[in-house]
Order: sequence, then structure tokens, then C-alpha cells
Amino acid sequence: MTETTSQPIPSQSKRNMFQQLELDVRLLGMIGAFVILCIGFNILTDGRFLSPRNLFNLTIQTVSVAIMATGMVFVIVMRHIDLSVGGVLAVSSAVMALVQTKFLPTYLGLGFDHPLTWIIAIAIGLSIGTLIGAFQGWLVGYQSVPAFIVTLGGFLVWRNYGWLFTSGQTIGPLDKNFLVLGGVSGTMGEAMSWTIGVVAVAISLWAMVSSRRGRIQHGFPAKPAWAEGIVMGIVTCAILGFVWILNSYDIPSRKLQRMFEAKGEVMPEGLEVGYGLPISVLILIATAIVMTVVARRTRLGRYIFATGGNPDAADLSGINTRLLTVKVFAIMGFLCALSAVVASARLQNHTNDIGTLDELRVIAAAVIGGTALAGGAGTIYGAILGALVMQSLQSGMAMVGVDAPLQNIVVGSVLVFAVWLDIQYRKRLGAKI
Amino acid sequence: MTASEVKTAQQRRIDGDTPLVELKDICVSFGGIHAVDHVSVDLHPGEVVGLLGHNGAGKSTLIKVLSGAYQMDSGEIRINGNKAEIHNPRDARSYNVETIYQTLALADNLDAASNLFLGRELITPVGLVDDAAMEAECRKIMGGLNPNFSKFAEPVSALSGGQRQSVAIARAVYFNAKILIMDEPTAALGPQETQMVAELIQKLKAQGIGIFLIDHDVHAVMELCDRASVMKNGQLVGTVNIDEVTDDDLLSMIILGKVPKQAVA
Repeated sequence: MTETTSQPIPSQSKRNMFQQLELDVRLLGMIGAFVILCIGFNILTDGRFLSPRNLFNLTIQTVSVAIMATGMVFVIVMRHIDLSVGGVLAVSSAVMALVQTKFLPTYLGLGFDHPLTWIIAIAIGLSIGTLIGAFQGWLVGYQSVPAFIVTLGGFLVWRNYGWLFTSGQTIGPLDKNFLVLGGVSGTMGEAMSWTIGVVAVAISLWAMVSSRRGRIQHGFPAKPAWAEGIVMGIVTCAILGFVWILNSYDIPSRKLQRMFEAKGEVMPEGLEVGYGLPISVLILIATAIVMTVVARRTRLGRYIFATGGNPDAADLSGINTRLLTVKVFAIMGFLCALSAVVASARLQNHTNDIGTLDELRVIAAAVIGGTALAGGAGTIYGAILGALVMQSLQSGMAMVGVDAPLQNIVVGSVLVFAVWLDIQYRKRLGAKI
Repeated sequence: MTASEVKTAQQRRIDGDTPLVELKDICVSFGGIHAVDHVSVDLHPGEVVGLLGHNGAGKSTLIKVLSGAYQMDSGEIRINGNKAEIHNPRDARSYNVETIYQTLALADNLDAASNLFLGRELITPVGLVDDAAMEAECRKIMGGLNPNFSKFAEPVSALSGGQRQSVAIARAVYFNAKILIMDEPTAALGPQETQMVAELIQKLKAQGIGIFLIDHDVHAVMELCDRASVMKNGQLVGTVNIDEVTDDDLLSMIILGKVPKQAVA
């Protein structure tokens, strides 16, 4: 075989300061647009848009769509589409609502708010979502029915199964422990949130240092130390800033008073307690981390991107692309059910129209976040940022008092504009679209 | 290894040694069309056998049976004399059959190392993909194969035709191939890179690897191959020793389907 001569490593002196930071230009553009959007709305609403209260609500409202958008990235990267996510969310929510309000308390006799109820309900809900996803994936992968058709059918089928099961009724109130996962009713408090924030910073910095050490050990080109330091500083500020914002939103004193009364204590005069990190946001963060690791560091993720880039090449490399399709749709179904947990817990009930039009929001979030419909390209963090941009746009316009039809016109136009902009950017890079 | 100890491929054939690969009586049809019609070819270690024929003659289809991309309807594949079951590309790889496809079969959105190891990633003890180790291996092998190669971080869509070809070749050679299939390896290459492929073939031959070379170009086959099998309309016209025929003999086999009488191998 060939000799073990390594490549000479080209010098980096020609690159400018900005390039040495190796930041994702596209991500920067998206963050820039988001910042401009926020400042604009903040001016129009006399400072209400960037108030801790609104940012807290915005975060909670984004979670459900953002969780599903991470799965949609995989689906779209594989050159498929899933129009059924809102329907799968609805049927999972319906089943979970029935399990925790009818089946377990009454038929099994566990009673209301039993400590096991929420776990059993969620386990059943997640299994149903995963099974539906896997079934749709089987139709696409093994039966070669186009994903557009399978999930268009699913769009009609699954939501209406939910309707059938619940006879169209609103089911609630949901289990007390279940509601904690929705947002306002389940937050970590200030001290715990700071702890989580500091741990998160420590882990991110450690990951960056060890990755840098790995590159240097192998003799690969690495960023200069100062660039690495700047990126680390940005990451630290972002994480701690996020925690600070969520901690600054204080629990209203009336509500606080009631909480103390419930425990039979008296609230101290002038006490201020922040909400801190909502548990639903922690679920989103955990999902994002897991999905990013899957995308970048596992064979499954590598095969998903390879298949999206060139399905024939993936086949010829011995990758079972049919089974891969089933897995990707099963992941999507699982995430729909996870979103159903967060969404129904936030609304405190299961309603018939839960998740209506979510399929379009989720696809829009993934696409605004830079996922290419042609397949092979997309990032998890991009999709989450896309979901955040969409939600900010919508709630910002509502706060400003834009008429409902105009809101939809703007959102639709922004979607098309964002994709157009992305195509122009890629053209300038000379990449194929 | 000295030349005196190693039998040439020709000597092995004369001695009646077991061939490295035997494709026996292979039939493949697509909806009533016999793309490959009772074709038999064989290949010895250290030998290059050219497969010639017009477009649609069935040479690519025949070879895709060996690489696992297509299923045969009837026939038998023997490797080192034992019957081989090849139903998909993964099976083929387990027999050390590696293929360089005409289309290169690269995932354009991934970098060179990811393509090199696609389907056979190196993993860390916890089961995650070990990109650093793969990039290190990739730099090593590309250093020997194509010293000008430097774009390790970019997706292969950013590479030139020759560089993409070297990634595809590296992928086939890296994993201890015993049997190598090259489907028009020089079709997209300039003269310099074609020369590189020719040198590589000589090097692989010396290591005892058997190579099937599919090509349109009679001159390339005359230069690189030991034997040539010519196909026409799904059937085998004949197999000849290259040093016993002329360019014109091969051309008349391809065009007219006639075998020169003096040169049946």
C-alpha cells in the first residue's frame, strides 16, 4: 500500500481575521436578522417586546414547533417532507389526555394526580407517535409511495383519529404533574437556573478545548488561540445571558402569595422570585443536543446526510436506505409526540385543534433555518433559530396590533424571501442548489 | 517479492489454477430485455481483464452483478473457487470486491474523509463517528495517491474532476481490495491524471489484485489489459489475449461481433 507520507499543511496567513474565527456566516446572518427584528418590534411596542416577560413567553411558545423542526431537518435532508406533524401531534395529545384523565384514574383506579400517571401517559404517547412515524416511513421507504402523498394522507388521517377518540371534546384539566412540562407551571427557579447555566458553560468550554486538542494532536490546522477565545467568550455570554433573561421575569406577587398560602406560610414583604428556566425549554435544549450529536457524530446521522446528498452513492456504499427512511420518520413521529406533551401541558387541556397548521410552521422553521429542500444540507440549530424567528415575527406583529390577514401575508412573504436570500448566498459561493 | 517467485497471470491460466473470480452463465433481464445473456468471464490474481462493448452491450450490468448493485436471474459467481452469495453492495464488500463507479458514487455534500469511509466509518469506543481518525487516515492515503490534494475540509462538490476521481479510487483501494472493478475510470480525466490511473493499475497488479476494467477506448484497453472480453447485445462475443490481437481485431469484435480465428483465449 501507499507510504505514510502526510500532506503538507497549507499556511493560513492569507486568511483575514474574520475568517479565522470560522464562524458560520449563514448563522450570523440569521442572528443578525433576528436581532434587527427584535429591536424593531421593541421600538414599535415602546420596550414591551424585549421585556423579560415577553421574552419568557416567546421562549415557551417556540418550544413545541422548535422540537418538531429538529426532526424535520432530518426528513428534509433525506429529500422527503412530512406534512402530517400537526396531525401526529394531535392524535398523540388526544391519547395522552385520555390516558391521564380517563383510563388510568377511572378504569385502572389510580385516582387523579397519581405520581405514575404522567410517566405512563407520556410513554404511551411517545410510543404512538414513534409507531405512526415508523409506519409512514415504511410506506415511503419500502413501498415507495412518495412522502408527500403518505404524509398528506396522514395529515387528514391522524388528527381525525384524535377527534374520533375524544368525540371532539376538549379533554382536561390534565394531570397536575404533567402540566409541569408545559412552561409557566414548571420552572427551575433562579438558583437552579444559574447552576444549570454554569454547568452548561463548563461543558461547552470543555468540549471546545478537547476538540481543539484533538486537532492539534493529529496535526490538523486549528484556529488561532485568540479566535478560539473569542468564540468561547461569545458562547459563555449567550448561555448566561439567556439564563439571566429568564431569571429576570419575576413571578407576579399575587401568584407568589397564593403559592405561599398553599403551603400555609406567609409571604415575606417585598419578596421577588424569578421564574428561571422552564422545564419545556430544557426539553428543547436536550432534544437539540441529542439531535446535533446524532447528525454530526453518529453513523445514523452520517448516512442521513449521505443519502440526502446522493441516494445512489449511499446505496452503493452498502447503506440500507429503506430502513434509514423508516428510522428518520420514526424519529419525526417521536418528536411530534414530545411536542404534544409540551403543547398540551402548556394549554392545560387537549383541544381538537391543537397543533393545527404546525406542519407549515415546522417546515418553514427548518427552511428558514437553512435546510435545503433539495436534500443533503441543514442544521439543527438553524431550524431552532428559524422557529424562534417565525414565532417572534408572529407575536411581535400581534403586539404591534397588525391585522390578522396582514400577519399571515407578512409571514408567508418572509418565508419566500428568506429562501430566495439563501439561494442567492449559495450561488455566490458557487455551490449547486 | 521477486518476479521469479510469482507466477504471472498468464502462467496461472495455463497451469489451470483456480481463478480469483468466475462469473458463470450469468443472465440478467429487465422487463423481458436480456441485458446479460448467458455470459461467462473469469479473472486471475494480478490480471487486468478489459470489458469492451458499445453502450448498452451489457458490460456495466454484468459487472454490477459482481458489485452487488444488481441481482442476477440465473448463473453463478465463484470467488477463489467457492460459490459466492452477493445480494447487495455490502455482501460484495465482504468478499473484498471494490468498485469505482463511472459516476464515482460520491456524496457531494460530504468531505473527502466521510466519502472515503462511507458505510465503514471508524468509530470511537463509545460508538460515535471518529472524524479526526478518519481525516488522519484520509490525509495519509491521499498523500500517496495524489500529493496535490489539499481540500480535506470542503465537501467533495468543491473538488476538480481529477480530485474527485482520486477520492473514489482511494475508497476502493484503501479497504484491502482483492478484486477491483473500474468502470471507465479515465472518462472524465485529463492526460496527466489518466497517466496516474495507469500507474496505479500497474501497482495494484503487482500486489496480486485482479482488476475488471470497463472501457470504451480500445487504446486504453490495449495498453492496460492482459485480456479483453467483448460483449455485444448482452452476449459475450469472445475473450482474447491482448498480445495476440490488434486494435482492429478488437474493433471488429465490438462492431461486427466477429472473433479473430487465431486469438481465442
